[in-house]
Amino acid sequence: MAYTIVADQCTGCCACEPECPNKAISAEKSIFVIDPEKCTECIGHFDEPQCVAVCPIDDTCIIDETWPRQEAVEEISS
Amino acid sequence: MEATAYVGVQEIKPLQQLLDKVAEHKGCGTSGGSGKSSCGSSAGPADMSPEVWEKVKNHPCYSEEAHHHYARMHVAVAPACNIQCNYCNRKYDCANESRPGVVSEKLTPEQASKKVLAVASAIPQMTVLGIAGPGDPLANPEKTFKTFELISKTAPDIKLCLSTNGLTLPDHIDTIKSFNVDHVTITINMVDPEVGQHIYPWIYYQNKRWKGIEAARILSERQLLGLEMLTANGILCKVNSVMIPGINDHHLVEVNRAVKSRGAFLHNIMPLISAPEHGTVFGLTGQRGPTAQELKALQDACEGEMNMMRHCRQCRADAVGLLGEDRSAEFTTEKIDAMEVEYDATTRQAYQDLVEEQRQAKVAAKQEELAGLAGAESDIKLLIAVATKGEGKINEHFGHASEFQVYELSTGGAKFVGHRRVDLYCQGGFGDEDTLPTVVRAINDCHAVFVAKIGGCPRDELKAAGIDPVDRYAYEFIERSAIAYFREYLDKVAAGEIVHESRGDADIRQGAYVAAA
Repeated sequence: MAYTIVADQCTGCCACEPECPNKAISAEKSIFVIDPEKCTECIGHFDEPQCVAVCPIDDTCIIDETWPRQEAVEEISS
Repeated sequence: MEATAYVGVQEIKPLQQLLDKVAEHKGCGTSGGSGKSSCGSSAGPADMSPEVWEKVKNHPCYSEEAHHHYARMHVAVAPACNIQCNYCNRKYDCANESRPGVVSEKLTPEQASKKVLAVASAIPQMTVLGIAGPGDPLANPEKTFKTFELISKTAPDIKLCLSTNGLTLPDHIDTIKSFNVDHVTITINMVDPEVGQHIYPWIYYQNKRWKGIEAARILSERQLLGLEMLTANGILCKVNSVMIPGINDHHLVEVNRAVKSRGAFLHNIMPLISAPEHGTVFGLTGQRGPTAQELKALQDACEGEMNMMRHCRQCRADAVGLLGEDRSAEFTTEKIDAMEVEYDATTRQAYQDLVEEQRQAKVAAKQEELAGLAGAESDIKLLIAVATKGEGKINEHFGHASEFQVYELSTGGAKFVGHRRVDLYCQGGFGDEDTLPTVVRAINDCHAVFVAKIGGCPRDELKAAGIDPVDRYAYEFIERSAIAYFREYLDKVAAGEIVHESRGDADIRQGAYVAAA
């Protein structure tokens, strides 16, 4: 499971980088990217994904559909 | 062209009536801090305690008087923000546009530090370094404080200041104090969450995105707590408020009272900038900004014993130079990398001593002329527009002015009450006929325009619009000339040569600055 940043929309403001509890976000040229291996969608850390909560542009930090979603969601909710 | 009132005065009457009622509160914030905090942003050393005067005397933003002489710069090291405002869209950048939240290139603290030294060497009257974004400095605390640390080591004579939305301000007071930052600006647009929910769609606080009224409530509590903590620590605080007609225009009187009682030093009420092309929420919903007279009426009503700032140019987060001029294009990272910078504090001090002499001469000239007004009795008030490049003199050509400074003349003297940005009328030696009407609209509430020089064509057009073009005080001091002009005006009215009539309203210029300087 992972979130991803829509490159076209990222302003490179860096608000998300320090908020990520997994240090999954890093700068790549002038924008930021999420390492899907490290992203946990903030499950177990916070109520909502921190990158989504702090990003100034709507629909820029979105779920990466190409990455298999983990079962943690179900585990926590069950 | 006929003299036209672009907005009738009657349209702003309801606001005026309210303001008259509430303007009676005049208690000044004296809880904590250094006693009486009333000192008029245009005040001089006689009006404030020596320690406050020492802090503001060469800070162009905190002293109207200083802004004619001293320059400031912002470094854009803080791109992240923790709240969203409906008047801000940080996605948009245009080098030809000037407004807060907009910046051409972001800097690292190291790049910023080198830039400050380069600018300080090239512009010796640059006395203040501010961090104002393009996001929020305290949402980027590491970058902000690293920049302060580097600069305080290499250029200890430069004053440090920052401008914040206040959300995390209470968490950083000790650090702010440790770097001797003695000027902090908080943008406070409301003290009532009911009002705030229409300005702030969300905030990010304690790892959560808060929306609506709850977001506004948290933001307001944190802002006012931060302000109280600044006051208690003896740090001068300016409060910025954006005037949004129909949303917080009436409410700003209450904001003024709230910040005054918590010890704010200066209140800066600014007009909303909301051109549709900026892509802000307010730009897209068609929310208008105030007219020049609506803004002035609100500023006048709040000016009890509280200092009102009227010389704010709403500058970019990377602005460089005197307020009203922007020399940031001379100091891009590329150009700075190629510069050999040597910081020479002695030369800077010598230059600033000269500036101080000029400034004293200006004050003396004003006092001398003011003596001539003694005993004059009249209720007449006039606004005049002045073309100036700085130093407190009428030293700019009409066609070269990218802004006019506005003074209100009365038997009390000449008082700076604002400024109007305009597109350049004269480009490449020729006047632009399409631009002239926009210039006239921007100074339509003024009786006269003082210039160093003016061409025949615009002179006739201004006269036709009822604005007196005055070039007989070219290169003289503004205030002395204005008072002399006012005395002659009163004499002419008394002799029946002219009949005094009040003027209409004027536009506040919106949109991108497109004319090349």
